[in-house]
Amino acid sequence: MKENRIKKRKIITSHIQPDTACGLHCIQIKDISVRDGAQTIIENINLHIHCGKITVIIGKNGAGKSTLIKAILGEIKHEGSIEINDLRNQTLMNLKIGYVPQYINMEKNTPMSVYDLFAGYISNSPIFFRKNPKVYHTIKEQLRVFEAQDLVDKRACDLSGGELQRVLLSIAITPVPNLLLLDEPVSGIDKNGMELFYENIGKLKSNFDLAMIIVSHDFEFVKKYADHVILMNKRIIKEGNPTEVLNSDEFKEIFGERVYPK
Amino acid sequence: MDTLYSIMETVLPFPWIQYDFMKNALLAIVIITPLFGILGTMIVNNKMAFFSDALGHSALTGVSIGAILGIVDTNLTLLVFGILFALLLNKIKRRKTVSTDTVISVFSSLSMAIGLVILSRGGNFSKYSGLLVGDILSISIQEIGTLVIIFIITLIFWFFGFNKLHAAGVNESLARSKKINCNFMEDCFSVIIAVIVMFSIKWVGILIINALLILPAAASRNFASNMREYHLFSIIISLFSGITGLIISYFVGTATGPTIVIIAAFLFFITLFFRSILNHKG
Repeated sequence: MKENRIKKRKIITSHIQPDTACGLHCIQIKDISVRDGAQTIIENINLHIHCGKITVIIGKNGAGKSTLIKAILGEIKHEGSIEINDLRNQTLMNLKIGYVPQYINMEKNTPMSVYDLFAGYISNSPIFFRKNPKVYHTIKEQLRVFEAQDLVDKRACDLSGGELQRVLLSIAITPVPNLLLLDEPVSGIDKNGMELFYENIGKLKSNFDLAMIIVSHDFEFVKKYADHVILMNKRIIKEGNPTEVLNSDEFKEIFGERVYPK
Repeated sequence: MDTLYSIMETVLPFPWIQYDFMKNALLAIVIITPLFGILGTMIVNNKMAFFSDALGHSALTGVSIGAILGIVDTNLTLLVFGILFALLLNKIKRRKTVSTDTVISVFSSLSMAIGLVILSRGGNFSKYSGLLVGDILSISIQEIGTLVIIFIITLIFWFFGFNKLHAAGVNESLARSKKINCNFMEDCFSVIIAVIVMFSIKWVGILIINALLILPAAASRNFASNMREYHLFSIIISLFSGITGLIISYFVGTATGPTIVIIAAFLFFITLFFRSILNHKG
């Protein structure tokens, strides 16, 4: 009996055991354009992303950053294609996308525990009927990645912004996707929560086999963590490593000199 | 059927249970109120209260179409119209050109007006005024049978679809990234609401059907802390107000539907009161 239980645990942990980035998958986002009637919202976006790399998208409000994320998610109609290649044998794979939203629909007294929130996305075991012990265990293990395992029975609406963020991160990497999209993740989180969040992103980068696209307004974060930076204004106007982009004329033209002095 | 009746008479030794219409009404309430309690949880969570209200109002047009076509059994036209109306509302809502509230309001008033115009031609609307309040005592045993079937279908949908529906309600983009077909789930749920609202409108009434859908779930939210408690409390509150409402209305001689609504509303305020006390302490 005991042996059996140990075996079971092994199976569960092995399937969440992180793989370190192999660098051998590449995701190609080709010629993405989104139009609303005659109006062009984003145009000819081309991105080439390898697993284990963080790509940060910056730009003013209304530059089409969120639209790009939605297009990659397949939520809005767009032109162009998104492919993932395995460089070892040059085959097309099925792209799995993880997403960390900016907010969730929730009111002050919504009767939804973290278990309910999590299990709704990863399991078919009806959450209104019973707490499935197997699912409960998996969720706890997944939350442990971001040290959030103690939150599992709390009401989601009682969590702080940072706590909710960690729960949403755990949901996004269950199961581990090839591409993780994060939409302005630092809004509504205090300074400490933000640092913890960046640490977690770093952890994801070094421990998991996934690529990340992050929409951010935080240039300190960009400087410290980004491998590749994209400056957007309907189309890509500058890209490169953080120093290149943050010191470029294009960046200064959009954000002004005082935001990020040399 | 007679065995069921005699069982009810032995289990419930009250004078009012002698009447067959009371037995039928009790059976109907025991089926319909838990159903309303269950559906209400998701309607409140996904902020669809206005949607279900509009569906109830559109029943007038459903009935009037039946009246024009000369169909005696308006159940069918009601049902077909309700389903089409629900799907149409979803479709327009998704185009996002006008705000959802506005769209639903426009369609709700239009369908009610069309129904009123058609039914009132020749000045005999009074024939249909019973639809506004409903009469649970008029339910027949065959109709209870249909209710049981609807109840079972809803339960099956709930067991297989609830998680997906819930996930889509919490955040659509996140649900999509997990390969959940949000629009399909939403359409299924809307059709089920439409079927239940249209089928029970004759007994519950256009004016109060939404209250019965919303109040038990709203009261349950005041003290539930997870989905299991939310459903359990909602069903209990709904069932309790249904049964006590029926009995009180029998003795006082009032319409049953509104009596049930008053009890459910009373429970809502009690739970709200206790919640605010607990919140102040905590």
